[in-house]
Amino acid sequence: MSSAFTPKVVTANDLECGDVVYLTAGGQWVRQHRDAELLLDADHAAARLILAEAQHGQIVGAYLADAITGQHGPKPVHFREVFRARGPSNLFHGKQSEQNNVSI
Amino acid sequence: MYQYNDFDTGFVKARNAQFRDQVARRIDGSLTEDEFKPLRLMNGLYLQLHAYMLRVAIPYGTLNSVKMRQLAMIAERWDKGYGHFTTRQNIQYNWPRLSDVPDMLDALEDVGMHAIQTSGNTIRNVTSDHFSGAAADEIEDPRPIAELLRQWSTDHPEFQFLGRKFKIAVGASTHDRAVLKAHDLAIRVVQNDTGETGYEVLIGGGLGRTPMIGQVINGFLPRPDLLPYVEAVLSVYNLLGRRDNKYKARIKITLHENGMDKIRALVAERFAGIKPQFGGQDQALLAQFQRDFAAPDYITAPLETFEAAYASDPGFASWVDTNLAAHKNPDYAIATISLKAHGQTPGDATSEQMRLMADVAAEFSHDELRISHEQNVILPHVHKSHLPAVHARLKQLGLATANIGLISDIIACPGMDYCALATARSIPVAQQIATRFDELKLEHDIGALKIKISGCINACGHHHVGHIGILGLDRAGVESYQITLGGDATETTTIGTRTGPGFSYDEILPAIERLVLEYLDLRQDRDEAFIDTYRRLGAAPFKAILYPEGRVKNAA
Ligand code: SF4
Repeated sequence: MSSAFTPKVVTANDLECGDVVYLTAGGQWVRQHRDAELLLDADHAAARLILAEAQHGQIVGAYLADAITGQHGPKPVHFREVFRARGPSNLFHGKQSEQNNVSI
Repeated sequence: MYQYNDFDTGFVKARNAQFRDQVARRIDGSLTEDEFKPLRLMNGLYLQLHAYMLRVAIPYGTLNSVKMRQLAMIAERWDKGYGHFTTRQNIQYNWPRLSDVPDMLDALEDVGMHAIQTSGNTIRNVTSDHFSGAAADEIEDPRPIAELLRQWSTDHPEFQFLGRKFKIAVGASTHDRAVLKAHDLAIRVVQNDTGETGYEVLIGGGLGRTPMIGQVINGFLPRPDLLPYVEAVLSVYNLLGRRDNKYKARIKITLHENGMDKIRALVAERFAGIKPQFGGQDQALLAQFQRDFAAPDYITAPLETFEAAYASDPGFASWVDTNLAAHKNPDYAIATISLKAHGQTPGDATSEQMRLMADVAAEFSHDELRISHEQNVILPHVHKSHLPAVHARLKQLGLATANIGLISDIIACPGMDYCALATARSIPVAQQIATRFDELKLEHDIGALKIKISGCINACGHHHVGHIGILGLDRAGVESYQITLGGDATETTTIGTRTGPGFSYDEILPAIERLVLEYLDLRQDRDEAFIDTYRRLGAAPFKAILYPEGRVKNAA
């Protein structure tokens, strides 16, 4: 593991509903950031991204986003990813309004 | 109002059927996203942060009750029960599912609407003065030429792959309410010395990364020359405009790099070549549109009810003083419905509110509504005797806020709460400012003040032309807000000047509060608006209050 590498998660939007999704270690797409696989080295991250991009029948626009380890699993770093993982701040819509969501 | 004819209906239906098929092929995997994306964008479908977003054109901001009710129905059935009215006189649905979009488009077509050319490098929804057809100061209703331009630009084969998007606005008043000089091309209806009506044509305006003010390319274009001349401008831009760098592809840069003389000469040459092809059909169509947009049959009625309500109901009187504008018929008023209730999202309306506005328009505004670029809804033709009833009805659903043109009547783009391009949020900043000044009960004392907020350099929130502009940026992973002062969106268009270093998300509200309280101290009297005090004194006293000594050094 390169010391300069910031851990990542693979994220995208679901093809059908557009919701933000994350790639798990098992290769599934899930809705919660905490369930994503935290990618700790650059080569592994690049390989997971290639795998994700191949799944164009399920998702749109896969990319790697910085993340860190949190209490319940990976947590987003940049505020844009925090909003993506939660939903808009003006209305209680999106992920924050869905059941089983814990704070990120 | 213009109603789709059989040709329009057939065209939109065919287009919707194609898109339905394209969506099905995307979902079944026959199309990749790279193949599908240009197709969905041609039909106004974006992918935003949390979901898809469908942007629906409201041509020149004009709606009737049937259309408004359908927008409400679509929001309820396929979205989350609300829509967002934008600075481009469009409505955006923030939560559609991909598989529902074809049904949404069919529902729009049922009422003569669509989402075509609300994205992509094409000529976008033609916008107009939101008081058109009603304003006391207009030469004529500019919407017939807006409709002519809309029909001409829709699916125009030469202009489907421009170097960049192209925005056209029209106006016909001395007072510019359509931010004409911030458009790629603007048409202003004017009269020459002999009283003949024609058009002043401006090009090269635009906000965004490189804000520029539109310049006159033709001071007086005779009526029959409008379409061939605009086509000539587009044609010249299409060939001359840069395609190597998207930040240099708008016509404002083409103009800046080539100069007006060269462009004017090229346009004149192209115009001479294509003018003979316009055999007069465009003028016949224009005459038809002028009939379509004929003034309503105004009623006459006594005004006592209005006068009595004004004298006895302070809430009504405040709304009248703040939200009404002069109508060309002195017994009528133009009423602006504020979509800026304190603390609400600027430009959002629920389905219930849309239906109420549709009902009120049908009953009291000759069945007409307009959407303004300032993200409010207009009842253009209200007889004054009906104003108390209109106000009472609007109050039922929080639509009677008396704040038009005041500090809480803020333009705010969707910003990072929705927009994939955003660098920071704008909506909560607007909500906080509106709520704070409502708490301080200073709004009416402060008077005319335009705050405009964008969530990135693209400037959809028109921050450059706000008296106070706020631009949200990402500074090293933190939201940071730059303030500009002195912008002006009227006929005296001015790009605001940056005050200095940005403010964090937590600092921006206190900064705006300091700025506005300082203005109250500095103004000569209540009649001197913020912008006038700024013009009199310049930026220095405002900078001093924004950046107390030492802070500038630290922040710079
Ligand atoms: S200004 Fe930027 S953030 Fe706001 S809507 Fe436009 S592109 Fe999105």
